[in-house]
Parts: sequence; C-alpha cells; structure tokens
Amino acid sequence: MMKKNGKLRLILSVAAVALIFIGAWATEQVNGTTSMVVTVLQKGAVYALIAVSMNLLNGFTGLFSLGQAGFMLVGAYSYAILTIPMAKRAAVYQYYQGGWVQFTIGFLPALLIAGAVAAVFAALIGLPVLRLKGDYLAIATLGFAEIIRAVVQWDTIGPLTNGSNLLKTYPTLKTIMPGNTVLFTFLVVGVCIGLILLLINSTYGRAFKAIRDDEIAAEAMGINLFHHKQMAFVISSFFAGIGGALLAMYQGSLQANSFKSSMTYEILLIVVIGGMGSVSGSVIASFLFIASSEWWLRFLDSETMIGQFKVPLLAPGFRMVVFSVVIMVVVLFFRRGIMGTRELWELGGGRRAKGGIRKA
Amino acid sequence: MFDTLLPYLLAGIPVGGQYALIAVGYTMVYGILRLINFAHGDIFTAAGFFMVYLSAALPPLLSIPLTILLTVALGFVVERVAYKPLRSAPRMSIMISAIGVSYLLQNLMWYLTGGLARQYPVLAGLSDTIRIGSATTKVVTIVTPVLTLGLVIALVMLIKKTKIGMAMRAVSVDFETSQLMGIKINNVISFTFIIGSAMAAIGSTLYFTNYTAVTPTVGAMPGLKAFVAAVFGGIGSIPGAMIGALIIGISENLIKAAGLTAFSDAFTFALLIVVLLVRPTGLFGEKTTEKV
Repeated sequence: MMKKNGKLRLILSVAAVALIFIGAWATEQVNGTTSMVVTVLQKGAVYALIAVSMNLLNGFTGLFSLGQAGFMLVGAYSYAILTIPMAKRAAVYQYYQGGWVQFTIGFLPALLIAGAVAAVFAALIGLPVLRLKGDYLAIATLGFAEIIRAVVQWDTIGPLTNGSNLLKTYPTLKTIMPGNTVLFTFLVVGVCIGLILLLINSTYGRAFKAIRDDEIAAEAMGINLFHHKQMAFVISSFFAGIGGALLAMYQGSLQANSFKSSMTYEILLIVVIGGMGSVSGSVIASFLFIASSEWWLRFLDSETMIGQFKVPLLAPGFRMVVFSVVIMVVVLFFRRGIMGTRELWELGGGRRAKGGIRKA
Repeated sequence: MFDTLLPYLLAGIPVGGQYALIAVGYTMVYGILRLINFAHGDIFTAAGFFMVYLSAALPPLLSIPLTILLTVALGFVVERVAYKPLRSAPRMSIMISAIGVSYLLQNLMWYLTGGLARQYPVLAGLSDTIRIGSATTKVVTIVTPVLTLGLVIALVMLIKKTKIGMAMRAVSVDFETSQLMGIKINNVISFTFIIGSAMAAIGSTLYFTNYTAVTPTVGAMPGLKAFVAAVFGGIGSIPGAMIGALIIGISENLIKAAGLTAFSDAFTFALLIVVLLVRPTGLFGEKTTEKV
C-alpha cells in the first residue's frame, strides 16, 4: 500500500512539475516577452531560488544570516565580468583601459563559476563568522555583505569590477533565449531548487534540522557543528551566487549599489511569509511578492479620479507602504507564514512535518 | 604631521558623538529585550524629517523640542505595536519584526516625501564656523562632544540612582523574576524606547548639521555603525557605547585621511567581527554564561 502510494506520488509530482513548465512556456508564447506576466514569472523565479537558498540557512539550519545580498553581488559580478563580449569590453571599461579580464566564456560555465566564486567567499567568511551565534551572526554577515559592496566599488580594483560604474552588454535572458526566457529561467531555477530539496532530504539535511532544533543535543549525537554549519553556509551562498547571476541576466545591467541590505531584508521577509523551513512556501511567497509589488498593487501608485472625486492617498510609493503593512501583519499575527514548516506535497496526506519550533 | 591630522581628528569627534547618541538607544534596548532594534536607524531618519517639516513653520526653539517629542512618540508606538505582541515569541521573531518595521518606515518616508532628498534647515549657532589652532570647524564640532558627555552622565545617573533606573537594571538581569517582584515591565520597556528615541532625535539634529540632505535611507548606515559601537563598548553599557562610538568615529575619519575612503565603512564591520571573536562582551560588557 505504502509503495503504491509512493509511486503515485512520484508520478503526480513529475506531472505537476511538467505542467508548471509547460504553463510557463505557453504564457510567454501567448503574451510575448515584454508583457507584465512574463516579467513577473522571470523575476519571481529568480527570487524563488534566492529565497530558497536563504531558507536553507535561516529556516532549515537555524543560522540567522543576513549576508544574502553580498553573495548575490559576488555571483552577479562574476557572471557579468566573465561574459562581457571582447568587442564590448573597451566601451564598458572605458575608464579602466578595457579592464584586466581579456577573455570571454559562455553563459552556462559563467553561471556555475558565479556560484563557485560566491561559495569560496562564503567559505572564507564562514571561518570566523560561523563561530558567532544568533543575532551576532546576523549582524556580522550583514557587515560582511556591506564590506563586499564597498570593496567592489573600490577604484584600485576598477579594472576588474568597473568601480562604481555600470556593468552591461553581457548576455541577458532576452539575448540568450529570445522568446523562451521564462522556460530558461524556470529550468535553471528548477534544477537548483531540486538539488536543494535533495540535500534537505539527505542525511546532511536531517543534521541541519537537528542543529536548528537543538544545537547542544545535535552535538551530543555526534554531529560536527562547525562542519555542518560551514557546509550549509557555503551551499546556500553557491545558490545565492547563481541567483545573483540570474538577477543580472534579468536586469540587463548591474551596479553594486543596488545590492543593499534592504535587498536582504526583502528576501528574508519573503522567506518569513512563505514559512521558515518550507521550500514550497518560499517559492509561492516569491511569486506572490513579485506579482504584488510589480503588478497587482501598481494601481496604488497612480493618482486616480473617479468622476470628479480624486481617490485619496494614491500616489507614487503608496504601493510599498500597503505592502509593508501587509508584511507586518503576517510577521505579527501569522508567524508561521503561508506554509509553516510543511511542504505543498505534504498537505494532502495530512502528514505534518515535525520540529516547527525554533529556539531563540 | 599633527597639523595635517588635526582636521580629521576634529571631524571624527563629533561624528563619534553623534554615533554615541544613536548607540545609546541600541545598547539600552538590547540590554533589556536582547533585541537588535533594526528600526532604530529609521527612527533617527524620521527625526531628521520631522525637523525638516517643523522648521519650515516654527523657530528652532520650538521645532527642536517638538521634533524630540514626535520621535519619542514614534519610538513608543513602534514598541507597542510591533514588539510588545511578541514578548513571549522566540527572539528571532522579534528581530524579524524589527526588520519589518525598518522596511515599513523606509517605505512610508519614501511615500510621504516623494522620494526626494530634503534640505535640512540651517540651525543658527550650530552651523557657524570657528577656528581652533590652524583648523576651521563648525560650532557643532564643539557642542556635540560636550552635549554627548553631559547626556551620557545624566543617563548613567538615571540608571544608577533613580527608581525607574533600578527597575531597568532588574528587568535586564531577569525578565520574569522582576515581573514577580512587582515591576511593570511594559512601562519599563516603553521608557527605555522613549529615552533611546529622544537620544536619536538629539543625535539627528547634530548629525544633519554636517550632512544637510535627508533621504529615507540615510539612517541605515549610521544606525548599523552605532550598533557596532554599542557592541564594541559592551552591549548594555552606556559609557561603553560612547567610547566605542568615539573610537569608531575617529578611526573612520583617519582612514579617510589615509585616502582609503572606500574602506571607512568596511573598517567598522571588520572591527565588529574582530571584537565579537576576540572579546564578545566588548570593552565594558558583563560576562554572561550560556545556560543549557
């Protein structure tokens, strides 16, 4: 009976994933690449990957890290620096005589390298930082993210990073896969999230959850705390780096100053809305977040007249105010978020994931 | 050598003093609630905006006290609405709530000001220039350290000598027991936020005399630095926060003098990490042992 159920489950989930991909592909074919719904799907998918990578740390391992924007920046810059075509380098690096990097690689190896560079940064930063706990870890990772942002704009390494000037003309979603941008984004993000899911359901994943629920008990059970924390930190940053590279592909141009701590806060709030410790929750919350902020709540930003009557309050910026109030309501009154610690595919079976309570 | 460094030292002292006034709010709140109040930097920014709008209609003698009053009200409301309902929740939930409040305040300020930088009013008296030796500087350079020192001494007296100060110390040592002893912890916590916000408002009046433009995100960086100062000085210790802030303010300006402006922010965070690793209790912090 159990076995049959498991098989059915597998077939159903494969079918569901296939359906999502076909739906995403069809949406772009019907609406065109420049439509709002396609923009939301692109950006939502990128944010989904980044949110899941953050959830791996904050939700599954219990490491409250606020360094995500820094690792995204490293990934995005690595990708852009490696893929700007040779012919365009002189124009992009006009203040730095064409820059140091005098070769170009394809976008796929560049995506992988973007993740790898972010992971190397994480490994180095993790050595000192992961010895800290709780809110001290949060503030130290936040600090490192700010250091990365400052150093990238340092003039002396300008030939590498173009200082505080824009990086542009690297391959973007539209130039790599014209007409299939959504499918491409979904594929990359899907593979990455799939890998994270495999990790979470492995022995390592269970060790991460053990550390989250009770560090001291986990250590007593023979889990090497530092080793596992370092592993979660590096893997999370690897995917944050890929997410950053995808964000660069989505945006079309890149500047270090957009990777502020408020970006990390946004992603953290997505994770909280989705449920700390739920991968599907983070994905759902990402699409909801992007759809509301880019699309559904847009009308709040434009002054509207109904007949002679001017609707009060509607003005640029009001959307974000409404939005942050909604977020505060979730944070205060629905602390478990949309999914809590459950996954979408666990809902039907009435099975509840254990271990939802985190210690302070 | 000294003559070339003197202007930078002079510039560092008031910056440190202004960080100190923000850091007081962090260190007191952390001492009692064990919460990094991420919204504190935004309350500091809000004080800047209150001043911008109030001074358009009122003379400084009225607008400064009103600014402090409004900032205090804001700090009070934030605590009651966003932190009080989470009193028994895990600590991380309160921290997430603080981040949410910061996000909300920044968006709200953006909406209300139209996202444009606002010119901070020139306060007669504070912005005038005077000469010290070979260096020229603003009056605020002299006023800030004196005022900061005075306020810090007053606060230390308040905590050491008064009844509410004793209650604050009791709550910071043991939350639950102090409740059993008849201390109304909600009042004590509100009082802590009121003092912290008032200090942030005074700090912002001094800070913006040098920076002139107020934008919705301007408080984020000084806020983080003030928190580092609070950790450096030993979280919970008010004199510690002041000394930590002065050291950070001066080093930052010396780094700028060395031509490494890109690293002046990085230095602060590097310092934070070194302090947390080498001496997590800071310069004057009390040692706590972790209970299993």
